[in-house]
Amino acid sequence: MDLSFTPLQEELRDQARRFLADTAEPTWAQLAELGWTGASVAEEHGGAGLGFLEEAVLHEAAGAALLHAPLWSTSTLLPFLQAEDQAAVAAGERSWTLALAPLVPDLDTATHVAVVGGDTVWELEGAGREVLATSDESRPLGVVSGGEAGRALFPSELLPALRARSLTILALEAVGVAARALELAVAYATEREQFGRRIGTYQAVSHPLASSLADAELARSLAWWAAWCVAHDEPDAPVAAAAAKADAADAAVLACERAIQVLGGIGFTWEHVLHRLYKRALWIQTWEASPAQLRAEVADHLLDTA
Amino acid sequence: MPKRSSIAPVDFRDTPEEARFRDEVRSWLDANLPDELRGHGGGAARFDGPEVRAWSRALYDGGWVGISWPEEYGGRGLSPRFQAIYLEEEARAEGPPHIGVIGLGMAGPTIITRGTEAQKARYLQPLLAAEEIWCQGFSEPGAGSDLAGVRTSARLEDDRFVLDGQKVWSSYAHIADFCILLARSDPTSERHAGLTYVIVDMHAPGVDVRPLRQITGESEFNEIFLSGVEVPLDNVIGDVGGGWDVAMTTLLHERGTLGFALVARLEVQVQKLLALAVDRGATPTQREAIAREWIHLQALRVTAYRSLSALERTGIPGPEGSILKLQWSEANQRVTKLALELLGADAQLLAPNAPYGGYWTTQQLRSRGNTIEAGTSEILRNILAERVLGLPRSR
Repeated sequence: MDLSFTPLQEELRDQARRFLADTAEPTWAQLAELGWTGASVAEEHGGAGLGFLEEAVLHEAAGAALLHAPLWSTSTLLPFLQAEDQAAVAAGERSWTLALAPLVPDLDTATHVAVVGGDTVWELEGAGREVLATSDESRPLGVVSGGEAGRALFPSELLPALRARSLTILALEAVGVAARALELAVAYATEREQFGRRIGTYQAVSHPLASSLADAELARSLAWWAAWCVAHDEPDAPVAAAAAKADAADAAVLACERAIQVLGGIGFTWEHVLHRLYKRALWIQTWEASPAQLRAEVADHLLDTA
Repeated sequence: MPKRSSIAPVDFRDTPEEARFRDEVRSWLDANLPDELRGHGGGAARFDGPEVRAWSRALYDGGWVGISWPEEYGGRGLSPRFQAIYLEEEARAEGPPHIGVIGLGMAGPTIITRGTEAQKARYLQPLLAAEEIWCQGFSEPGAGSDLAGVRTSARLEDDRFVLDGQKVWSSYAHIADFCILLARSDPTSERHAGLTYVIVDMHAPGVDVRPLRQITGESEFNEIFLSGVEVPLDNVIGDVGGGWDVAMTTLLHERGTLGFALVARLEVQVQKLLALAVDRGATPTQREAIAREWIHLQALRVTAYRSLSALERTGIPGPEGSILKLQWSEANQRVTKLALELLGADAQLLAPNAPYGGYWTTQQLRSRGNTIEAGTSEILRNILAERVLGLPRSR
């Protein structure tokens, strides 16, 4: 066992942070140019040929930066698509989202929509799209109407594996959100003075932030465990992904709430980025299944299999 | 985009070498751990009776003590991950820990890193072999979390220090042969300066040990009263007046090596909780709470491995150890409390009517100490806030 990050992962993390800090609204083509859209696509199909564990670094960074692009939704579907589709994603020509429930994410940015019909997942063709106003502006929800099943993409029996991948990416994003919210709160508590002292010297301020750190590190451990299980197609992948998403979403929401409190009035304003991090954390918390629902699934796995 | 080369990916699996070692530990424990010592619940049973001492000796003879210690000091010179594997398997087998835990986790590493050659030659081997038992004398009635408030005095007389004062919360002191102890050698000094770190012979005249009865009814901790106890200068570790620095080495090692054993014991605890829930039934709310604890355990397990990877890179335990201890202690409190909830009023019964021999009630009460001993949660949050997050100091 070796759980240190590899030099490659560190390099990717640095690159991702720098790029996302410098680029406000990166286009899908720009992300493709960096190699992110095809990070885990095989080299013969124009990808970087990396594993999901390298790609995982990008999702953490994308979460922290509130990336407004269909990276999560596309990456969730990517390994299940045909080689031609994978190549088009790597080239930045196509991006995907999956219409699994009435509300569909990333309809404003994804070029293609997949839909479940019986035992097959199809490409949805000719459908109308309506993007709805949503609390998290960086990942809006919408609805599709009409349209018909086009190409068959992959069998529906792969949906549980797809769900594990989706939950794991959301957990990674949540870890990024938690870490950034904590960073903002620490920076503020280090500078802001009240009663003649920097507020970070008060334990009523510093201890909740220490708790955010401890929570975020545990969530990061779970997200990486889930990513490892997904990358290696482990039988534990569904339960690890459910565990990671439940815990990381809660950690992110709590980290944002603590940060808003520490920043006081500033953290409550529209100008500050915190509310957007908070809205993404809440988005992740409710999407697909709530932490309570996911924990109920884990309980079934633990208590009803014997 | 960097290319996939020179990749040694994050890996959660044992390497073939690690798997071999784990198999060895398992089969040895299987063959050698006496039945009456299995199902060890910690507490005072860690040192009651001669069988734990015999078991510790057997561990030593089997080559399972000092796995990551340097070979020149009687260890096996293996990397900390093998020590971690051993601790996991020992906890899973529910065997009692080696009776020399204070020596192995605190005194030994301090002597290895800060002691003289003569001290290493004198103390290390008997410590590993469980022939001599160690305790720790840091806390005092007036110096708990604020360790720099130590008042026990060490007065220099010719070629020796003479100690007077009182130490408290010292586990194993009632059976210990030696104590690593922090005393004030400069009576005019304040706080961190003027402290000296010494090895005290617990059989020396003037040492009086009195057990403290704790919340569980057991006695695991002691008070040590020192009146005119003579300590030769050869027993000083580090410099006279430089004791604070040495004590920090000890505490770093305490948290560095503790994590794995703690997580492995929590794993056993959660397994028992799952069995209890299957046995007695659980409401949907209780089931969710149980799942939350299982998830938390997985997080702690992976975090322990992450801190191990960091330890192997840098050679010294990092602040991750504080995260682990903080989260473990609170988790153990929640897990044991959840067990009491599942037991309902039956949890009130004591032996001989108590379900599971009163295991859960004792564990729950004992767990209250987890957020106090080896660094209170408040101190650990200070450490995380100041040393990891870089927030301004609160004092």
